[in-house]
Amino acid sequence: MTAPILSVRDVGKQFGGLVALKGVTADFHAGQITAIIGPNGAGKSTFFNILSGALRPTTGTMRFQGADMAGVPQHQYVHRGIARSYQITNIFPHLTAHENVRVAAQAFRSRFDIWTDRARLAEVSEKAAATLAAVGLADKAGTLARNLAHGQQRALEIAIALVADPVLLLLDEPTAGMGPEETREMVGLIEKLASSRTILLVEHKMKMILGLSDRVLVLHHGELLADGTPAEIQANPEVRRVYLGQSDGYA
Amino acid sequence: MTITKAPTLPAAMAGDRFAPILAGLSRWRVPLSLLALCVLPWVLPSQALAVNVLIYGLVAVGYNLLFGYTGLLSFGHATFFGAGAYTTGMAISHFGANWFVAMVAGVFIAGLLALVMGALAIRTRGIYFAMVTLALSQLVYYTALQASSWTGGENGLRGFTVSQLDFPGFSVNLLDPVEKYYAIMVVVALALWFVSRILNSPFGAVIEAIRENETRARACGYNVERTKLVAFVLSGLLCGLAGTLSAMHLAIVPLDSLHYHTSGLMVMMTLLGGAGTFFGPFVGALAFLSMEDVFSLWTSHWQIIVGSIFIIFVLYLPRGIWGTLMALGRRP
Repeated sequence: MTAPILSVRDVGKQFGGLVALKGVTADFHAGQITAIIGPNGAGKSTFFNILSGALRPTTGTMRFQGADMAGVPQHQYVHRGIARSYQITNIFPHLTAHENVRVAAQAFRSRFDIWTDRARLAEVSEKAAATLAAVGLADKAGTLARNLAHGQQRALEIAIALVADPVLLLLDEPTAGMGPEETREMVGLIEKLASSRTILLVEHKMKMILGLSDRVLVLHHGELLADGTPAEIQANPEVRRVYLGQSDGYA
Repeated sequence: MTITKAPTLPAAMAGDRFAPILAGLSRWRVPLSLLALCVLPWVLPSQALAVNVLIYGLVAVGYNLLFGYTGLLSFGHATFFGAGAYTTGMAISHFGANWFVAMVAGVFIAGLLALVMGALAIRTRGIYFAMVTLALSQLVYYTALQASSWTGGENGLRGFTVSQLDFPGFSVNLLDPVEKYYAIMVVVALALWFVSRILNSPFGAVIEAIRENETRARACGYNVERTKLVAFVLSGLLCGLAGTLSAMHLAIVPLDSLHYHTSGLMVMMTLLGGAGTFFGPFVGALAFLSMEDVFSLWTSHWQIIVGSIFIIFVLYLPRGIWGTLMALGRRP
């Protein structure tokens, strides 16, 4: 097997007296879709925040494409090839949909230029337009982000992460608050993205995860409870006990 | 620009009608503001008021770069305005510097102070940012008050009148109010053009993104702290430039120019005109100073009237004069 793209060793996080994550160890390989599941408070968000650089782990190491990520500032993560979307829509509300994505794309081209006209960065603008089209928002380019429908904001959320052209894409509940129709569209989008990059996602919708992922990690009370294919996870008696059994509504 | 709300006119049509006007205003904002500035001394009651509008307009525009576009509420910008004014005055009176050197020194020192204050303050957010900038600026104020052999202390700095600006081939007589107005206007116009470049630049897009959503801007790969610091220094430089112009204009630097009242004035003018708009701060300075000019003739308690109007704006028209006009015009 080839070297993993992302390698997490014994990563833990403690907030004061609360241990949110206890020594998680896992390797992630290129081209896979991995889902992270677990009940509320299981440590999924903490794990995601560590993977995206928003939090520093209190123990353990994280290596991405062979490089140790300790001490790398958060704003450098996307330049290294890790981009994320957020569970609670986290966009630029008073900018247009196009400008939301354009400013994200611009980070790879120009950050401190106070003199050139930004309209001259044509390739940045075109890349933003193409990414908007890829998530199905081509006709909403001129709309202020705050005026988009919820599903469209979720798509914009993904587009902002996607325009970075990341090697590793972290999706935090991409279908949060979506109806069945919108969820189906999002699943289609994720499948399309998976052909060219590695995806990690946190989700609650069990049926969707089992159909979409190559691999599932189950977190429970901050610990890695199980790690396997969707079939293995479904068959795992412990997982059934703590998670699947009590969430029939999702299945 | 008049905006009439005719009930018979479909709203969408009204939007269509104003859209080209708005696009034109935005595209031609530098030439348009130049035109407005050229006629200003002839429509205002006095040339002195017009010069004040120029200087405070520039202060507010510089302040707005930080407050309206980057989203940082500073209560310490009097420092940069005052530092620009004092440095220019001291360079001329204590060192006999040429007016141009004195102005460059004023802007430079203001920028240096902005770098120091910014570096200390940008680690904090919201009210803490406002308090840190306020505390640091009061530190500068009391330093100026104590160092009276240099700054003139309570009496302000005096004795550095520049009556003539010499250029190769021509000279500007600053004792003539009209010549003085247009000389200052040229500098202000260049500064406005500079601000317009900043706002149109990639950097302008980054500061707006930070104002909108700092967390996401960081996740998008921007060094938020450094970007804020650059915005803080640019804003300080512009306020410093306005300060040097004020020193040249008044031939005295009042101690009050460093006082936090001056910082408050910048916030008021920017909010009154419309934070986060290009013309807004200038409109705010014009409105504020005109109100002061008119109401102070009626009553010595003119601040009550201006204060009430300000409160009404904050409560009911938070976009300010210019921001509200733009929003009305843009409404679909």
